[in-house]
Amino acid sequence: MTKAGNKSCINLKLKVWRQKGPDVKGRFETYKARDVSTNMSFLEMLDVVNEEMILSGKDPIAFDHDCREGICGACGTMVNGRAHGPEKGTTLCQLHMRHFSNGDTVIIEPWRSRAFKVVKDLVLDRSVFDKIIQAGGYISVNTGGAPDGNAIPVPQESAEKAMDAAACIGCGACVAACPNASAMLFVGAKVSQFTLLPQGLPEAKKRALAMIGKMDELGFGNCTNETECEKECPKEISIENIARMNREFLKAGLS
Amino acid sequence: MQLDSKIPDGPLSEKWDRHRFELKLVNPANKTKSKIIVVGTGLAGASASATLAELGYEVMTFCIQDSPRRAHSIAAQGGINAAKNYQNDGDSIWRLFYDTIKGGDFRSREANVYRLAQISNNIIDQCVAQGVPFAREYGGQLANRSFGGAQVSRTFYARGQTGQQLLLGAYGSLSRQIAAGKVRLFTRREMLDLVVIDGKARGIIARNLVSGELEKHAADAVVLASGGYGNAFYLSTNAMGSNISAAFASYRKGASFANPCFVQIHPTCIPVHGTYQSKLTLMSESLRNDGRVWVPRSPEDRRPPDQIPETERDYYLEEKYPRFGNLVPRDVASRRAKVQCDMGKGVGDTRLAVYLDLKDAIEKDGRDVIARKYGNLFEMYEKITAQDPYETPMMIYPAVHYTMGGLWVDYNLMSTIPGLFVLGEANFSDHGANRLGASALMQGLADGYFIIPYSIGDYLAKSSHDTAREDHSAFNESSLQVETRIKKLLSIGGKRTVDDFHRELGHILWENCGMTRKEKDLKKAKKLIADLRAEFWENVLVGGTGKGFNQSLEKAGRVADFLQFGELMVMDALERKESCGCHFNEDFQTDEHEALRDDENFCHVSAWEYRGEGSKPKFHKEPLEFENVELTQRSYK
Repeated sequence: MTKAGNKSCINLKLKVWRQKGPDVKGRFETYKARDVSTNMSFLEMLDVVNEEMILSGKDPIAFDHDCREGICGACGTMVNGRAHGPEKGTTLCQLHMRHFSNGDTVIIEPWRSRAFKVVKDLVLDRSVFDKIIQAGGYISVNTGGAPDGNAIPVPQESAEKAMDAAACIGCGACVAACPNASAMLFVGAKVSQFTLLPQGLPEAKKRALAMIGKMDELGFGNCTNETECEKECPKEISIENIARMNREFLKAGLS
Repeated sequence: MQLDSKIPDGPLSEKWDRHRFELKLVNPANKTKSKIIVVGTGLAGASASATLAELGYEVMTFCIQDSPRRAHSIAAQGGINAAKNYQNDGDSIWRLFYDTIKGGDFRSREANVYRLAQISNNIIDQCVAQGVPFAREYGGQLANRSFGGAQVSRTFYARGQTGQQLLLGAYGSLSRQIAAGKVRLFTRREMLDLVVIDGKARGIIARNLVSGELEKHAADAVVLASGGYGNAFYLSTNAMGSNISAAFASYRKGASFANPCFVQIHPTCIPVHGTYQSKLTLMSESLRNDGRVWVPRSPEDRRPPDQIPETERDYYLEEKYPRFGNLVPRDVASRRAKVQCDMGKGVGDTRLAVYLDLKDAIEKDGRDVIARKYGNLFEMYEKITAQDPYETPMMIYPAVHYTMGGLWVDYNLMSTIPGLFVLGEANFSDHGANRLGASALMQGLADGYFIIPYSIGDYLAKSSHDTAREDHSAFNESSLQVETRIKKLLSIGGKRTVDDFHRELGHILWENCGMTRKEKDLKKAKKLIADLRAEFWENVLVGGTGKGFNQSLEKAGRVADFLQFGELMVMDALERKESCGCHFNEDFQTDEHEALRDDENFCHVSAWEYRGEGSKPKFHKEPLEFENVELTQRSYK
């Protein structure tokens, strides 16, 4: 392994949010990350810091992560004020240390939103997202009795757009990036996916009303067209989906 | 213990229909009185939970993640097979059945595989109805692509995110049942023991990962859909949290473990680049449709790829297997890559990589077409390696990906413990010694949507037992055992971290029980793992307490189980003195270095029965009978 001073290895100062539980006050603690290979992912860098902490009898930094290939949506923190760090269209697990320089200070803190409670350190309770989906983020069809797949033709363009929306990984970066802590991009993506597909139309009105109602009830803010969500979304989901959701909401209200 | 596969009589194509008719039904009024626990919310667990709840059962669903949507099925990229024959290219249920059973090197049950092929078509219909945004042709019809091990185009896909979209479909159906009050969802819960009363599975002990409390949950049946054990190797394409603990706790309670040595090593992953590395990333096998695999002809050739002329490149898969070319099954493609690297022809800094080149496809079809098919994979590759696959060939190397082995189940997906059903990757049933691409999603959803709803009803209808209660002494005993183990892990206070032990175990398994195996290495590995396990229980440093959120403690329990399981895997590999599919023992190969099966002596499922700590597990055989296909030497030439 190469050491710091070598181009492929850097030293960093980490300021990490530490919080023992949801009802305890948290604060930033400073740690050193030494000899960080620039080929490491951000989470691998945290692994190394944590392993040192365990060996020296300290409580390691708790953070959520699972697939480490940018699809499960478990990971995500603010890195120097940016959701999932500085790279566009990238989850934290796919952010590599080559995007940092020797001597950098890196501030790491959890998503900040009234609707997301801290479980510990950087780990959040995002079950509110599940509750929004439970309110109507599906097509009501029981198993069995579905017609042949090709009996429901879907124009390629609609399928592609639906897929663009369906790519959401439910990480919560959109909420973290929004000054209003709004979940409109998350909800808009799901509403859009089903509005763009013929299978989703019978329940379109009910779905838009139910999901938006639930989102409001859970304490998420409103959209004021800041577009921060789109910029920070690791799957680059377009705010066009919010517009489409608003149209559905209006249509549902008018009929 | 007798292994009874309960395969129905009658002609192959009628077995499932006939069996479904013979299965007992549960009176709708009684369904609401039956409680079912489902562990895991991947494709198998989520689809089972939703479907069972739709039928009226009272379902309790558990997952270790913060949301059921994060189960690792989400990461499956390439696609899902079905025998629709939409392309009119000669596909049929029979062909999908034959390809799958041949792909598994004739080490799976005919009846199970045929049923899987039959159900494959219903799955596509179901998922379309749920609004899964499958790729479409211009006319609006479903699009297909071909995948390794098949010469027809039968794979349905949603870009490179098919697993995500199918899982979100199942998660939507599950969410609908949660909203309807038919499923109670328990997130951030880890099943640490199976509770068995009067020989039947009647509940689980789960640890609440946030509070640290141990919970007792009773039910009339338990459905395990907890995934595979690839993480025994430390580095794999599995998620960090994927583990064997729920399945292994069931093994310790009497559920036999089948074919643990069958581990799929996927040919197209991003190569290892450092000791700190935490996981390996798969590049979908679908890339082999358009990508060409090659290495320089000469081991001395260290030129960058664009400076190596066509004549000095070795497209070794195309040369060796002209009929299937780059589309040979995974086990074959992986082994060939290893052979090239062993010959010194590997590329990149570590020389443990081969090129996967899409240049010809980009020139032929244009960048846009290729981007539409593989755009997200290319981006993922560039993020990790800082190289642009549109400009320079990808470098790939095989990595542990999927485990064909798992808890033994009969045709009803029931384990050797009555009332314990096992679905998806956690069971052993359909893939034999090698799984073909795009068939894991198919199996997970077949089990969850279309098999367990019928087979569990038969068990519940025939089984007479009292309502299970959490205050039964068996729950207290299990809970106490779990608690004692947690205390023990926390009290050791040694000098090595959990990850450190895990890395070493992974290294032992990869070197000795990986892509190729030898008796001498396996024996060595068995000893090394036993020693490492002994050291673990004396020298591991977990830190923290059992109260509250403690990720190091979670890992410690999982690695403790992997250490015990590693020995079983090696034992199984030693027992199988032949080569088949992924299990390539160098002592058993053809003149052309392909796997040499021994159908006379090893045409069976190996199942291991736990006999207590310190005793050798008891070995059982379930003979495999082939009445409809002829056992042949697998050839892809």
